[in-house]
Amino acid sequence: MAGFDKVVSSYEEAMAGLTDNMTIIAGGFGLCGIPENLIAEIKRKGTKDLTLVSNNCGVDDFGLGVLLPNRQIKKIVASYVGENAEFERQMMAGELEVELTPQGTLAEKMRAGGAGIPAFFTATGVGTPVAEGKEERTFNGRDYILEEAIVGDFAIVKAWKADRYGNLVFRKTARNFNPLAATAGKITVVEVEEIVEVGELDPDQIHTPGIYVNRVIQGTFEKRIEQRTTRPSDMHEAKGE
Amino acid sequence: MALSREQIAQRVAQELKDGYYVNLGIGIPTLVANYVPQDIEVMLQSENGLLGMGQFPTEDEIDADLINAGKQTVTMANGASVFDSAESFAMIRGGHVDLTVLGAFEVDVNGNIASYMIPGKLIKGMGGAMDLVAGADNIIVTMTHASKHGVSKLLKNCALPLTGKGCIKKVLTDLAFIEIKEGKFHLLERAPGVSVEEIIKLTEGEIVVTGDIPEMKL
Repeated sequence: MAGFDKVVSSYEEAMAGLTDNMTIIAGGFGLCGIPENLIAEIKRKGTKDLTLVSNNCGVDDFGLGVLLPNRQIKKIVASYVGENAEFERQMMAGELEVELTPQGTLAEKMRAGGAGIPAFFTATGVGTPVAEGKEERTFNGRDYILEEAIVGDFAIVKAWKADRYGNLVFRKTARNFNPLAATAGKITVVEVEEIVEVGELDPDQIHTPGIYVNRVIQGTFEKRIEQRTTRPSDMHEAKGE
Repeated sequence: MALSREQIAQRVAQELKDGYYVNLGIGIPTLVANYVPQDIEVMLQSENGLLGMGQFPTEDEIDADLINAGKQTVTMANGASVFDSAESFAMIRGGHVDLTVLGAFEVDVNGNIASYMIPGKLIKGMGGAMDLVAGADNIIVTMTHASKHGVSKLLKNCALPLTGKGCIKKVLTDLAFIEIKEGKFHLLERAPGVSVEEIIKLTEGEIVVTGDIPEMKL
């Protein structure tokens, strides 16, 4: 009896049930905190005509960008794209549908989707192309547009640590969209750097309770850096920090 | 002389106040962090989920899990906090950020801003800019006053798709510091050595000049 034990032992098992035409919500910001091995598994499976909901679409050879060459993505809902050449080519050729969504609205769509709120009003995008075709209402003299929540058939998430029950802890800015994605998947799959025994995580420090999580797998990560910016170390010492 | 990118950042930094939470956009706005006056404390918000952004890391400190909204590796300042993207935009949309500085392609006399899309060219997306302009009361737009060919970017009406409507009140260009109110640009300061006439010539939208316009102090 598995009880609350969410741990699976293979990536194949982690993404079992994913089929063509499904919607996947993915955590990550740029290449930071992306579920890189779950994405690789989707590539390996060859699932097609997917709708991806993610802040960005990776780069040519890493992150969600790896799903582009075999035309696995039909549509992407994102706030900022175009860090890769194949994406640009498919978008310009009309092979890939792109729904640009303001970053805060995208986060709230996931949050609302996971929280059972079907839609919400926001001032973001009023008077812009984002407002086209959306209901507008005035509250206290200010205009707002109605944005609908998003629920995914799958959510793919990267966390730092999980216990076997799927309680999650994220690390630094690799948290980003991950906890929101975790709530908004009908099946939420999480890959982590470390799985610990139940009881080892301090309940006060858990970012995402296991109730949102269906499957947990431990992986190894490349964690590629998109913009490597540094300062000289002598300046560091001079400031005495 | 028109201001350099660094000088624009320097002038913006004079608008910072002690205790401000500030969001700096990509490009010139990012440089503002280099000119925070010594005698005040500000905290930088990065919309990917960091409040209290520090300087760039040394080679030894680089952490792939710690980046800013420009996807650059950063560090955390003393007193920093991290959070998810919904929380981050609750701060922004909820009006909790004291000052937002961001770039633009065009602004107009009605406070409209266009900054994310040039139809026909590659469209990369608005990122967090639409939320930032909708949520902040205190926004400074940094931009060049006109194109290289002398075409004004301070317009009667923005021609490009908007990022936000009626939300911009202050613009700092390489030539002038301008306030937008009552459907007009109002000239507050001019870059050192730049004449009022030059600014008027390169401003398409109506611009009001009241009295002697002081030079910026840098």
